Amino acid sequence: MATDTPAGAPGLPGAEPTPDPSISTVERRRRVRPSRRLVPVPLAVPAAAALAFLVLPLVGLLVRAPWATLPQRLLEPEVLAALRLSLVAATLATGVCLVLGVPLAWLLARVSFPGRRLVRALVTVPLVLPPVVGGLALLLLLGRRGVIGQWLYQWFDVTIPFTTTAVVIAEAFVALPFLVIAVEGALRGIDDRYEEAAATLGASRWTTFRRVTLPLVAPGIAAGAVLCWARALGEFGATITFAGNFPGRTQTMPLSVYLLLETDPPAAIVLSLVLLAVSVGILVALREKWIGRPA
Amino acid sequence: MARTFSTPPGDGRRPARRGPGVRAALTAVTAAATLAACSAPPPADGSAPPGVTGTITVFAAASLTDAFEEIAEDFETANPGARLVFNFAGSSALATQITEGAPADVFASASPATLRTVTDAGLADRDPVVFVRNQLVIAVEAGNPLGIRGLEDLARPGVTVALCAEQVPCGAAARTAIAASGLTITPVSYEENVRAALAKVSLGEVDAALVYRTDAASADAVEAVEFPESAEAINDYLIAVLTDAPNKAGAAAFVAWVLSPEGAEVLTTYGFQLP
Amino acid sequence: MTTVDNQDTGPYASTPAPPDAGLRARLVVDRTTFRLDITLTVAPGEVVALLGPNGAGKTTALRALAGLTPLTDGRIDLAGRCLDDGGRTFVPPERRSVGVVFQDYLLFPHLSALENVAFGPRCQGASRAQARAIAYEWLARVGLADLASQRPRQLSGGQAQRVALARALARQPALLLLDEPLAALDARTRLDTRAELHRHLADHSGATLVVTHDPLDAFVLADRLVIIENGSVVQEGDAAAVTARPRTDYVARLVGLNLYRGRGEGHTVTLPTGLAFATADPVHGDAFVAFPPTAVALHPDPPQGSPRNTWSATVTGVTRHGDHVRVQLAGGPGEAAADVTPAAAATLRLAPGQPIWAAVKATETRAYPAG
Repeated sequence: MATDTPAGAPGLPGAEPTPDPSISTVERRRRVRPSRRLVPVPLAVPAAAALAFLVLPLVGLLVRAPWATLPQRLLEPEVLAALRLSLVAATLATGVCLVLGVPLAWLLARVSFPGRRLVRALVTVPLVLPPVVGGLALLLLLGRRGVIGQWLYQWFDVTIPFTTTAVVIAEAFVALPFLVIAVEGALRGIDDRYEEAAATLGASRWTTFRRVTLPLVAPGIAAGAVLCWARALGEFGATITFAGNFPGRTQTMPLSVYLLLETDPPAAIVLSLVLLAVSVGILVALREKWIGRPA
Repeated sequence: MARTFSTPPGDGRRPARRGPGVRAALTAVTAAATLAACSAPPPADGSAPPGVTGTITVFAAASLTDAFEEIAEDFETANPGARLVFNFAGSSALATQITEGAPADVFASASPATLRTVTDAGLADRDPVVFVRNQLVIAVEAGNPLGIRGLEDLARPGVTVALCAEQVPCGAAARTAIAASGLTITPVSYEENVRAALAKVSLGEVDAALVYRTDAASADAVEAVEFPESAEAINDYLIAVLTDAPNKAGAAAFVAWVLSPEGAEVLTTYGFQLP
Repeated sequence: MTTVDNQDTGPYASTPAPPDAGLRARLVVDRTTFRLDITLTVAPGEVVALLGPNGAGKTTALRALAGLTPLTDGRIDLAGRCLDDGGRTFVPPERRSVGVVFQDYLLFPHLSALENVAFGPRCQGASRAQARAIAYEWLARVGLADLASQRPRQLSGGQAQRVALARALARQPALLLLDEPLAALDARTRLDTRAELHRHLADHSGATLVVTHDPLDAFVLADRLVIIENGSVVQEGDAAAVTARPRTDYVARLVGLNLYRGRGEGHTVTLPTGLAFATADPVHGDAFVAFPPTAVALHPDPPQGSPRNTWSATVTGVTRHGDHVRVQLAGGPGEAAADVTPAAAATLRLAPGQPIWAAVKATETRAYPAG
């Protein structure tokens, strides 16, 4: 059995070279040697510079942090409230983006409709818009005097600004493009012949999406969701403009940091480090689980 | 006629902090758009122009923007060889920039506390002088549709209020004033600068906000309602020449102008109170 | 016997009409650079091979039958139901009773072999348990019951092919389409798989169309061949007919093999005509033996020396094909084709009716089990 050629015309997903059965698995792992090829200097130098560019500002934060007072600051209720709100809002915003963004990405990748290019360009608008302007736009749409918001207020006595819902909406607005673009890319990357095969087996388009496309594109969706979550977590301008700032309800970590910088820069540094640690911790844990393995 | 908005040059150890909010952004845009460094031509007889000369860099609280820009026009007319360069931002951001080494001649702060950080660092020349005071008012939509007459109306259920965050001077003043009234007012948002709070009123998102009289005066769609408790929390603005000022003479001349009757007249026009 | 479709008498060829349960199709697909226009009829239980070079339009025809490409014109009728009339009627692939075995199988990588095979029945409405039971039965039928829980990437090429076949058949389609079913396999596996596939196809009660460019696959698997080139049918008929009278150079090259079926015992295959072939490959039981026309040496007198396979034959036809001369022979294994140089043909004075001796070296034969 081990000597049969594994399923694979070249190019089939999952095709692997036949393992040599004479070497035990343990031995094989030990004998894997890193590539001996040198990294060319024109690539190594900019890469190192890029790494420094990304890492050194963090070093600045770490060096100036008030390590002595860190523990007691961390346990202040406002800090914990802001952290909890940030995590909850970012997760909810990611949920919204998944529910809305995956179908949109499928539409853009699989259906040829008039105006598709325009729609694709529109999806990137929150990326190029300054976040504050995005928040202002949301206010003008959903605020008390907003195009839609005024009807919500008059008929249902519903106000959206200054609520946690507004935080979620603001974060979802700025983070949605990340998810749509990532998932559309992933959808274009998978072989759409699997979907043809499913059709010949009697699957409707919806069944094909559920049972074939979605499982195949899941790693792409996960990667997009992680990007989306990270962007939502760090959002500031749209949140503060649309949702305002109220501890426990709309004061996310970035807002706390910003305000603390006015009066208590060391505390601001502490909060920044907390946000950094939590984000990095979650991203690393997820990466192992979802993004490490190939499709 | 020079009025330039510039971020502090130099090492950029801290990013320049413009006061956030729509108003400040617009200020930056218009100021940058008028970037025309023209200096007055020398007098025909070839002698040196009267008064001080050179560039004078002034770091000033954002609420002083309109008033100082008009003062600068007058000052430059009187001192043709001088050119005023302003950096308008939140007072604490400016204090941080100064203590981190940004070169400036004059610091005009909206809060004694922030100026104290600068004097404590030994960077202010003499004892700073209080040159204006700013008082809080209740900003409401033009026409005052809800008939707000005082702080007690803000405590009514159904009235949405925006306050400044306590970390900014306007917010600290608001807290003091509200405490003096004995009322409990729960805002829907603590805005991070006073212009943002004002914007919420102009947009109709909140019914009222506690802002400075100068801010309310600057917005058209907004009306100011005075209230007695504001006297409990009047904000002192201080001005000082900085120790490391590149243009000490110019700095002193500017401060003198601000404190002079001409300067005072402009400041009061914009809503400031004299000490 | 061999007729090219006659477009004058309506959409279908003038071959005998199969019963309504089969496939009757005229496929017209017009692309700017290429036009496909062929007629196909396949009776239930019949296996037809669609044979042709690359670019002939075989894949287009297959996709049109599966519903993955709409017709520009023409008509597809399967089991009495119109699937596509090039106009307003178009039945999407999921509602056709068509099963497809793709060239690279396209087994869903995230599902096990069992779940792959169960996919079709589930889409038809079976419950999960029912579908799995049906799938298990089919896997057992292709001999892979013990690999039910394996993922496709853990299967060898031959195993994957069988799973793909089971998956397509689990729906009991009225039409089974196979696209180059053996192309992805190595030579050794191909041999075994071909025989097995022939067996499964023979068991299938619906119509079967095998698309291939390999004539050997066509000969072994199919009852009837339809040969297409450049979007049109150039020849049609069973293997013997096609071999005997190739109508184009391609077909002639294509069928450059003499193929016979007999009973193998070690290095000898005995043909129904009584002739025993000495073969290089040992084989037992039902077997094929094949050799190219070029392997046939013609002698005026009984040859001596090494060739073991000799027979007395009568020349039934001499035709010139490019740089060689094809000689049709009768006798011995049956009908055979021999290629000789024009010079040799002239020397031997070959003419129809002439007796001649034919000899084939054992080393130039290929023998393998017929399944």
